[in-house]
Amino acid sequence: MIDERLVLDANAVAGDLEELFGIDLTAVIHRCAHCGNLGPMATLLAYVHGPGTVLRCSVCTDVVVRYVRTPWGTRLDVRGAAELRIELLG
Amino acid sequence: MPSQPLGWRIATVAEIRDETSDVKSFSLLVPQWQTHRPGQHVDVRLTAAYGYQAQRSYSIASAPGPDGRVDLTVERIAEGEVSPYFHDVLVTGDEVEVRGPIGGYFVWEPSFGGPLLLIAGGSGVVPLMAILRERAGVDAPVSATLVYSSRTWDDVIYRDELEQLAANEDGLRVLHTLTRAQPPGWTGFARRIDRPMLEQALGGIGPQPLSYICGPTLLVEAAANGLVELGVDPGRIRTERFGPTS
Repeated sequence: MIDERLVLDANAVAGDLEELFGIDLTAVIHRCAHCGNLGPMATLLAYVHGPGTVLRCSVCTDVVVRYVRTPWGTRLDVRGAAELRIELLG
Repeated sequence: MPSQPLGWRIATVAEIRDETSDVKSFSLLVPQWQTHRPGQHVDVRLTAAYGYQAQRSYSIASAPGPDGRVDLTVERIAEGEVSPYFHDVLVTGDEVEVRGPIGGYFVWEPSFGGPLLLIAGGSGVVPLMAILRERAGVDAPVSATLVYSSRTWDDVIYRDELEQLAANEDGLRVLHTLTRAQPPGWTGFARRIDRPMLEQALGGIGPQPLSYICGPTLLVEAAANGLVELGVDPGRIRTERFGPTS
């Protein structure tokens, strides 16, 4: 049972994502592999109260990114993102 | 746009101020602080003696400055792990681990223009205050409306400063709504943010404001959906959901 009041957006885990990718991802455009929606990563819905973090598409709610941190490292699954549009910094 | 890798740094608490009965602001001095953009946040990490770590994100309340000083405004969450430590344990001179600034989406800079429609619920006002403080410091600021939902008048964070900013008559309008109790003679709104309230806000600034919404998830969704129903381009609406996670 998920309490929808606890759902955040990916802004809340922007620090974790920047640690993994080395750049800010919140303004990066992603394409959902399930429904094709294009939008900034920050608009993904963030489920942060489990052992790992799940980021879901704000349109179809399918899983886009999930990761779990352990004392030995981080496991990252980005199968739900068909594309990330990372622009060169000017 | 990080010019340096995101790493944990030791910040020193320079000043602590009471904002409301359960909200305090903490001025942190961060060594080699890269200047932030209004709307960004930092991650704070606490480590217990036996190694257990707790990490939370807090929005930056201050406008960017040259001096490596960052203000965080933290609401005390009774069953939280990090905010009670900030409220009950931290004193001036103490050190905490922070990393940031973080986030390039929920940000505003004067070059983005306006008009601005800022919608806040509770401590969701914090990143919007950084925007308003930045806006107040520039020549010919864009017009801005803040719609701010609090439980009671005593729960309004930055109440005096918001009154002062609005008194500058530089195009800032502040609309308060008090959802739980209202002082005698209250003439503002007294309900949750709804479509007629958003309509009234839009009435003063035009149909396509650059909109920033920050607060509890349900408020953010109600406000964002309401604006879209009223014809605001979704591409001009940025949201940040606050959860009871602290």
